[in-house]
Amino acid sequence: MALLEIKNLHASVAGKEILKGITLSVEPGAVHAIMGPNGTGKSTLSNVIAGREGYDVTQGEVLLDGKNVLAMSPDERARAGIFLAFQYPVEIPGVTTSAFLKTALNAKRRAEGKTEVDAMEFLKLVKAKTAALGMPYDMIKRALNVGFSGGEKKRAEVLQMTLLEPRLAILDETDSGLDIDALKVVSDGVNALRAPDRAFLVITHYQRLLDYIVPDHVHVLAHGRIAASGGKDLALELEAEGYAKYLDTAA
Amino acid sequence: MAATRETAAAVRDVEQYKYGFVTDIESDMAPLGLNEGIIRFISAKKGEPEWMLEWRLKAYRYWLTLADEEPGWAKLRFPKIDYQASYYYAAPKRKAALTSLDEVDPKLLETYKKLGIPLLEQQILAGVAVDAVFDSVSVATTYKKKLEQLGVIFAPFSEAVHKHPELVKKYLGSVVPYSDNFYATLNSAVFTDGSFVYIPKGLRCPMELSTYFRINEKNTGQFERTLIIADEGSYVSYLEGCTAPQRDENQLHAAVVELVALDDAEIKYSTVQNWYPGDADGKGGIYNFVTKRGACRGKNSKIMWTQVETGSAITWKYPSCILQGDNSVGEFYSVAITSNRQQADTGTKMIHLGRNTRSKIVSKGISAGHADNTYRGLVRIGAKADGARNYTQCDSLLIGSTCGAHTVPYVENRNPTAVTEHEATTSKISEDQLFYCRQRGMSQEEAVSLIVNGFCREVLQTLPMEFAVEAQKLVGISLEGSVG
Repeated sequence: MALLEIKNLHASVAGKEILKGITLSVEPGAVHAIMGPNGTGKSTLSNVIAGREGYDVTQGEVLLDGKNVLAMSPDERARAGIFLAFQYPVEIPGVTTSAFLKTALNAKRRAEGKTEVDAMEFLKLVKAKTAALGMPYDMIKRALNVGFSGGEKKRAEVLQMTLLEPRLAILDETDSGLDIDALKVVSDGVNALRAPDRAFLVITHYQRLLDYIVPDHVHVLAHGRIAASGGKDLALELEAEGYAKYLDTAA
Repeated sequence: MAATRETAAAVRDVEQYKYGFVTDIESDMAPLGLNEGIIRFISAKKGEPEWMLEWRLKAYRYWLTLADEEPGWAKLRFPKIDYQASYYYAAPKRKAALTSLDEVDPKLLETYKKLGIPLLEQQILAGVAVDAVFDSVSVATTYKKKLEQLGVIFAPFSEAVHKHPELVKKYLGSVVPYSDNFYATLNSAVFTDGSFVYIPKGLRCPMELSTYFRINEKNTGQFERTLIIADEGSYVSYLEGCTAPQRDENQLHAAVVELVALDDAEIKYSTVQNWYPGDADGKGGIYNFVTKRGACRGKNSKIMWTQVETGSAITWKYPSCILQGDNSVGEFYSVAITSNRQQADTGTKMIHLGRNTRSKIVSKGISAGHADNTYRGLVRIGAKADGARNYTQCDSLLIGSTCGAHTVPYVENRNPTAVTEHEATTSKISEDQLFYCRQRGMSQEEAVSLIVNGFCREVLQTLPMEFAVEAQKLVGISLEGSVG
């Protein structure tokens, strides 16, 4: 069974249809890249899967492990294993990264019927994870995303992903605003998480990220539909030729 | 004496009177209402000396001249209080003076346990000495011996009146005079008990002193009186926390707290207040009209107030500092949360009299539902307060679109060398923040609790450790169901 199954998904924002029939099947262990020019619905797709308000699904289905995702609240989806790495991670003043991570981790553990981690266990765990990601441990003492550089914000996203161990991770333009070093750190973190029972949906405008996170499948999103699918070579092709031909055919 | 006969008669009447009790603990109560006889009754019940009774009567007679003129300037709405419809005295009955906890009514101890108040070994382990107030009379005091050895007096107010009359006479009403305001005057007339603390010269009190207040009797107005004196060079941290069971009638609470810090002394006073706030429609709940004031009487003295106010239907409270001594410091840290139909009008007064006096105010107001939350503060700098400084920060957080947040800062500066700063912000919890938290698996309520705790962090950090943990939980609980 596919881990994530999207069937003929239509969604609109403020009455305007953005997704016009997306069908996509993601097997466990696979990395799918969704590419496409700006304004074609890439972020809409990730927001609809994660359950953000303001998006109306007018038709179609999204299933995770065969379960109807669209019927779940955003937090239920997260606890079911959907993780969205935000393009613009949100600042939460006064809430330390540490407190945020612990609350999130324990919410997940409770849902799984496990005991909550106490402060000592948690700090040990975070210490190990930050070290593995090559991140400064002190970062967790700062208010979440407040005053973080673009690179720090994305690293914090990867740290959260690493701790929460999702079934499906959606990376929404994770490469935006990253210099090459930060891109490498973030990609290494993601690659370390690749596992047979976990899938990734990597949403990106540029091929560059896919040099580091090598996808199994590449899809081109244009005008709210998947205009083409292929292997990792498709990304290289797009890099060379641009999106023009998909936009023309779809128009 | 006629008065004595009258008192004896009143006591007799009361002892014959049968009431339905909220718990099984037998109480003796004063008859309904307020008059000079009731005040004499209270004083007689407590076996007070003549000077104490005289002070009460002076206050009562002054109160009569106020003719129900409650302060009307606060942004609060509530029906007129009928002061004759309350009982002004209720005490758990005791057979004789208690020397140990074993003698305390087991039912009473059970009630404390249910409230999560660890009165016994837990307290000792935690290093907290507790002067527990059940309704109006203090029934048990732990750790007393150890404190006594250090020369600390930590006793029920009524006991201090007997054992330390010279200290009580000297300081009672010296910070909050009996004529101070309507509620303080009422308290001065009818206060039943409270805490008395004296920290001797040069002693840094090694443990937090803690009092839990509890309202249990129906229709019993609560009139606590607390007096804390930190002698030269001493330090004390005092914790006050309270819970009350759910009930329908509005309950009046008018406490008075007076703090005196002499030269180089420091008092840290922390409150977590979570009394019954009334139901979602605003029915029931405590009316909390409190007068709290500290005098930094000595040079280099410091008083720090921290309050976490989440309960009560109405909160009217302005813990203040009179900065008399040169170089003295006053600080006020406040979190006030109102939801449903709660109303809070709270803040502080920093009165700078001495040279180089400094004050800092950090107020965090959170409003949800149909609640109103007002910060009202006064910074007054006297003509002689050369080099005085104040920094004020007032932040308001709104949850939903039917609540109100108001900031009313008064600054009166009569000294050209003084510097005052004021910063204020008003914000809402954003949809983006909520979605971000929920995408990480937190429920809506967990997310709100986390975000609000972040908003309050600067204040909560000033609380002693164990209190801070309780307060964080309380912040979350207080807002449950307010976002939806």
